[in-house]
Amino acid sequence: MSERIYTIVPTPRREAILSMLKRGERVDGRKPDEYREITVETGIVGNAEGSARVSIGHTKVIAGVKVSMGTPFSDAPDKGVQIVYAELIPMASPIFEPGPPDENDVELARVVDRGLRSSSTIKLEDLAVVPGRHVWRVFIDIYPLDHDGNLFDASGLAAVAAVLTAKIPKTSISGESTVVVEEEKVPLPVGNAPVFVTVAKMGDILVVDPCYEEELVMDARITFAIDKEDRVCATQKGGRGSFKPEEVIRALDMALSLAPELRKKLPSTPI
Amino acid sequence: MVEAKRVKLLDENGRRLDGRRLDELRSCRIEAGVLKNANGSAYIELGRNKILVAVYGPREVHPRHEAMPDRMLLRCRYSMLPFSVPDRKTPSPSRREVELSKVIREALEPAIFVEEFPRTTVDVYIEVIEADGSTRVTSITAAAVALADAGIPMRDLVAAVSVGKIDGVLALDVNGLEDQCGEGDMPIAMMPRLGEITLIQSDGLFTREEVIEALEMARKAIQELYKEQKRALREKYSKIVEEVESEEVIG
Repeated sequence: MSERIYTIVPTPRREAILSMLKRGERVDGRKPDEYREITVETGIVGNAEGSARVSIGHTKVIAGVKVSMGTPFSDAPDKGVQIVYAELIPMASPIFEPGPPDENDVELARVVDRGLRSSSTIKLEDLAVVPGRHVWRVFIDIYPLDHDGNLFDASGLAAVAAVLTAKIPKTSISGESTVVVEEEKVPLPVGNAPVFVTVAKMGDILVVDPCYEEELVMDARITFAIDKEDRVCATQKGGRGSFKPEEVIRALDMALSLAPELRKKLPSTPI
Repeated sequence: MVEAKRVKLLDENGRRLDGRRLDELRSCRIEAGVLKNANGSAYIELGRNKILVAVYGPREVHPRHEAMPDRMLLRCRYSMLPFSVPDRKTPSPSRREVELSKVIREALEPAIFVEEFPRTTVDVYIEVIEADGSTRVTSITAAAVALADAGIPMRDLVAAVSVGKIDGVLALDVNGLEDQCGEGDMPIAMMPRLGEITLIQSDGLFTREEVIEALEMARKAIQELYKEQKRALREKYSKIVEEVESEEVIG
């Protein structure tokens, strides 16, 4: 129900960060609309159907895709199942504690899930091997390894990169509806793909890709997932503060202008 | 439910299945101070939604180590009763409820002077008694009234509404069917007097222009809800004034 560990930023430090921002300078020397260096590696875990390790500055996130044959949800019998899970493990930061997932883990997973789902990144309708009976269940598990801010964008990038490069077993149907899972692998059916852009607000200043120290002093953040056609496929405001309507639009414009740069980091789709 | 996907949500005149226009709220009624034990409470009906909110505090923090030295701890629990939805919901908190509890808390907190009550907590308990779409935003509208009823010092109330996308067009205050069969949902909460957005989320696909239009639709509707919030608070306290004055006459 609350945050895990309450961190206080010393007032002089907070004031220094905010007064620098007023001059257009950030703690790590970046411009307001500049990301830290981004790297994306895929295919890093042999046992996973798809996997990716992403770093944004010092923030590192690993994501993996696993599939299993199962039954569909009753409200979508002709579709495969997508399940996104995230765990803020204590390895990644002194502010993360061991234990069952809390609201921060759940929020992260659900925002990534909405971005993928709304943009139809995974073609779930192509994953019903025997509609109503046997469908692929696709699990996307996200694990931050080192937390230096902006876990949303790094997790989104890792999840999408893992999904785009995932290969699942080929299936055939024998007899009436017996599914035979074969050795041969085929690419996971994918379509669109979102990129996630998070904008932090401090006072009336908006900056993209907040580092951890910026997250500690920010009033609020807003994350947009942007699809290939520049449509918003997920939005999430977080934090104690608020946004003016024009600030939401300004943040959206930052996200729209940075989306192509992020998209270049994604692996090209296999098909 | 597969069949439901093909439901047409707008008729040939552009009216919705429940007869509303695209920019029309369902009827809304709020009552303040409906529970005895809570320090503040509110009950809201928005269309078929029925939601009860209780506020306890400021009070001592348990467990004590969660107390914060420079501000109050605001806690929020959004929960749906098992019989509030067509298919029984298990009573244990779902991942959806965990996330909504967080975003609702963050929608309310900007309106509260949290620094006035260090080392204390305020608990906001939301129980959805009957759900028919847009429950998170309706909860926020009621919770702000319950907080005010509890006497918590606030900069402003918070009112909230959802803007959905049905049959390709934006529609205010989506109901359960429109949420289920529509193409997107954007819940928005604002402080009505200050014009600040304290919650915005979305799923489905929205263009930049649609986001701008949705914000404007929400802003107008939130002013309507704000009137009902103030009316509910005035009504409760005018009753108290009447009671006090009638006692004086007898004395």
